[in-house]
Amino acid sequence: MTFLRTHRTLATVIAFVLAYVIIKVLSILPLNNGDPLLNAYYIQLIMLAGINIVMTVSLGMVNGFTGQFSIGHAGFMAVGAYTSAMITTVWLHTSTANPWVGYPVFIVAILAGGLLAAAAGYLVGAPSLRLKGDYLAIVTLSANELIRTVIRVTEVLGGPRGLGGIPKFTTLEIVFVFAVVSVVLMRNYLFSSHGRSMKAVRDSEIAAESTGINTTRQKVFVFVFSAFFAGVSGGVFAHLLQFIHPDNFSFMKSLEYLIYLYVGGSTSISGAIVGPAIFTLLPELMRGLQKWRLVIYPLILILTMIFRTEGIMGLKEFSFILIPQHQRKEVSA
Amino acid sequence: MGQFLQQLINGIQIGSIYALIALGYTMVYGIVRLINFAHADIFMFGAYMGFFLAPVMAKVFGGAFIPTIIAAMLITGLLGFIMEKLAYRPLRYKSRLSALITALGVSIFLENFCAMDFVLFGVHFVFGPTYRKFPDLIVAKNIPIPGNLGLNISNVLLLDVGVSVILMVLLFWFVNKTLIGKQMRAVAFDKPTASLMGINIDVVISTAFIVGPALAGAGGILYGTTYGMLASPFLGIWPGLKAFIAAVLGGIGNIPGAVLGAYIMGISEAFATSVNSNLGYGMAFAILIGILLIRPSGLLGKFMPEKV
Repeated sequence: MTFLRTHRTLATVIAFVLAYVIIKVLSILPLNNGDPLLNAYYIQLIMLAGINIVMTVSLGMVNGFTGQFSIGHAGFMAVGAYTSAMITTVWLHTSTANPWVGYPVFIVAILAGGLLAAAAGYLVGAPSLRLKGDYLAIVTLSANELIRTVIRVTEVLGGPRGLGGIPKFTTLEIVFVFAVVSVVLMRNYLFSSHGRSMKAVRDSEIAAESTGINTTRQKVFVFVFSAFFAGVSGGVFAHLLQFIHPDNFSFMKSLEYLIYLYVGGSTSISGAIVGPAIFTLLPELMRGLQKWRLVIYPLILILTMIFRTEGIMGLKEFSFILIPQHQRKEVSA
Repeated sequence: MGQFLQQLINGIQIGSIYALIALGYTMVYGIVRLINFAHADIFMFGAYMGFFLAPVMAKVFGGAFIPTIIAAMLITGLLGFIMEKLAYRPLRYKSRLSALITALGVSIFLENFCAMDFVLFGVHFVFGPTYRKFPDLIVAKNIPIPGNLGLNISNVLLLDVGVSVILMVLLFWFVNKTLIGKQMRAVAFDKPTASLMGINIDVVISTAFIVGPALAGAGGILYGTTYGMLASPFLGIWPGLKAFIAAVLGGIGNIPGAVLGAYIMGISEAFATSVNSNLGYGMAFAILIGILLIRPSGLLGKFMPEKV
């Protein structure tokens, strides 16, 4: 167990694998009535929750750990979704029939989507992150709406009709591998020296600058890194739903991620995992309120801000992400 | 030449509406350092108030325009007051980011709540997600301008520009000549010191949250009159964004700057739209990125070094 304590990456992987095994068993093992507990619909929801977790953790890197306020994350998701869908569907006509060809193309496509989203992130972040203050919010908001408008008027991308016929490459396994790789990468980045610089920028930009941190570079890099993950998530998302529409990536979508993040707790990775997990699965428990979802969510956000500003998790982390403080000394001793 | 002047006139018309919205953004930002995202939705709310009130007002007063705009301004002012009281005041001494998040939450709440369609006590409540035709508050007429340029000015245009100029003059008088206006300037300049001088900060902030939304409400009525339709309760997003960009362009927190920025935005948008109807959106974004790269403090804003 000592080995696990010092190797949190492994612990995170094990935690995700355990979750996967439980879900897989529940989706296969029949109950008394002959059907498994988790039917295809629930599996789809769990896959969405996985994608949302990656989106939220990547947003948390910028908003929670670096103290910036990016509110157009769905725009980068759109860039990734459309890029990867164009590659697999329109240009290469890949299908799931031959997985030996299909999956490599799919992986290259989602990575390309991530890179293009990162490039878009650089274009958006570089001018606005030089400055202190709330400029990033308004730039990302306009960028999100602009990306959506551009997609709407571009015929090649399907315009207002959306882009359909995308092969369904995303399976439960793909989502889990994707989620665990992304979360581990982001986790290790956040607990590296770069992560400490980010937290310094968040807590006091002037103090951080005076200790020799290049705050602009730090902020822009985190933002681009986060846009990359949003782009890859978009690719995975597109190959799950098999149909994407510009309105899937509107400002409302970005806002959902902000709600997941801030209600879960923006200053901890665990919060960014708990938030989307709760909010993606919760509406199923109260179907009747589905229509009122977008009215209730903002209210939850406002109430969280007023009564528990730090969110559900606050600064706490699950022990598979970070060893609790009081146990840390034993290990090093 | 005629085309050029016509676009200029159109730009001034749309710029007047942006100016009314931008003033509210800049006033609130100047006093509480908060981007009030919900301001765009207050603008939307004002437009819908026009839709609902105009028939009533036409019946009661005979004429529709002036009573409707005053009633809409009162209602949106009240909405702004309630919003500040319930959502922003509890957060005033918490981190600035949480107030910003709350503003976003209020904005989305208003949009989606208004987009809901439900019946309560037999009354069809809220605005619903569907397209609405805005009632004709005045009879639109085109006034051709003498000369061979082929220019047209509609009376709606004159009304838009006239109403917004009157409201701006009133606002300048209010901010520069009245006691509460002086207090507002003091609070915007230095909040703690103003508070030590015996200024009631709560009253000043509430005033900013009444005056700004009231102007946005007037803007909403003008918007409805100009375009003749209300697309959905999400209609505030783009005008609100453009008005905010206008406020940044003029120097956020600076009242004349907001007006200048709004007219620049309106005119550049009119020219961009005359080339391609979707270019207007790109134009707003290009202006925003440009101003952030070249002069982030805005055209009329002063650069404030940060004190440690």
